[in-house]
Amino acid sequence: MNIQVILKEEENLVKAFINGEIDAFTAPMLREQLATVQQKENLQTELEMSGVSYMDSTGLGVIVAFFKNVNANNGHVKLTGLSPRLKRLFDITGLGEIMDIETDDKGGNY
Amino acid sequence: MPQEIERQYKEILKQYVMKQSEQNLYEGQNFSRQLIKKNIAPDEVISIHKATLEEMFPELPMNVWNSFDLLIEMMIRYGLAHAEHQSLLQQQEEMKVEMDLAAKVQGTLLKTTRPIINGLEIGLVSVPARKMNGDYIYFLSDNLNNAGVAVADVIGKGIPAALCMSMIKYGMDSLKDVATDPKKVLDIINRIVEKSVNDDMFISMFYGRYNVENSLFTYATAGHEPALFYNAQNDEFSELHAKGLLLGVVANVSYEQHAVKMETGDFVVMMTDGVTECRTDEGFVDPKIVISLIHSLRHEPAQTIVDSVFKELEKMQNFELRDDFTLVIFKKTS
Repeated sequence: MNIQVILKEEENLVKAFINGEIDAFTAPMLREQLATVQQKENLQTELEMSGVSYMDSTGLGVIVAFFKNVNANNGHVKLTGLSPRLKRLFDITGLGEIMDIETDDKGGNY
Repeated sequence: MPQEIERQYKEILKQYVMKQSEQNLYEGQNFSRQLIKKNIAPDEVISIHKATLEEMFPELPMNVWNSFDLLIEMMIRYGLAHAEHQSLLQQQEEMKVEMDLAAKVQGTLLKTTRPIINGLEIGLVSVPARKMNGDYIYFLSDNLNNAGVAVADVIGKGIPAALCMSMIKYGMDSLKDVATDPKKVLDIINRIVEKSVNDDMFISMFYGRYNVENSLFTYATAGHEPALFYNAQNDEFSELHAKGLLLGVVANVSYEQHAVKMETGDFVVMMTDGVTECRTDEGFVDPKIVISLIHSLRHEPAQTIVDSVFKELEKMQNFELRDDFTLVIFKKTS
């Protein structure tokens, strides 16, 4: 039930490194951190999630809300480092089709 | 502090200073319970203590009385912390009562009747992890030829999620015609939900409809766990997939729709992720375990299957559900 979020601004890209578990307890913390990202036109963002060991639907909610906000300003959200289990979650919900997702090639932990 | 309380405390103190007996100490303990009940603050108790000592030992140096003044000052904050604690406990009690009421209202509002269709057995179990259930089941049927079921999981928890469910219910209520295609059902509900909910609340939903005349089970999904289909003749399980985005993300979504023919002994298993995301101390429960469990119960009535699966998975999670658990089975018996 721990989470760590590190935000980095590199040139024109805002990168968020997320580590730990995203569930009903830790999701609010992630939401707060993502809310600090300044919304401007054409914002390029990346959520680096190879350190995410578990995410449930509450985490999904936070990410989709962020996605909607960034998109509303013609920006872009890319998700990287998703484990097979996380990728499945995005695929089942249909979000895999509307979001830019790169998987983790290291293989799965289930 | 009321005079009587003062007097009693003085008496106890005097007795103890003189004799120091166990009896006196015991009296003091009991008395402190009364003081707490009457909301007497710690600093008030020390004031009385100081006043009593001044009476009994007037010759004590000034420094001793000064030290008491400091102690009184220190204890004022303790008194405030205690009062705040009491107030929070009270609020918590009140909230518990409201939650119980809300859960009752939810139960009443969201009640749905299991269809009665010839040749179709319906098994159902839905257990919330906490007070309010984030999973939702809605049956739509003419009790003659068609039985439809919506299995939904509201993403987000607690009271807002439950209110979200009312929206689904009223949306489903407005669909009087049970012959409405599953993909159309999802489209209608999606539009309602997209307009009304918060940016971070979504709903995953599976809608399936069985028709007695042609034995077809027609279904569509909005970002929900695929249902399982058991084919009795081949003794095989397969997943019922249909592409469709979660409800509430985007207003215009097209949902895929498919149908599968059911023969006697076949059944469809619909669930929410409380079933597929079961976790024990060692990690996730392998879906193969759930499937083999269902397989071992394949000849049982639908309700027996769902009840047994629930009991077994509940046991594996040490009787602590992490997420709302919902399982529905449509079994063709003739």
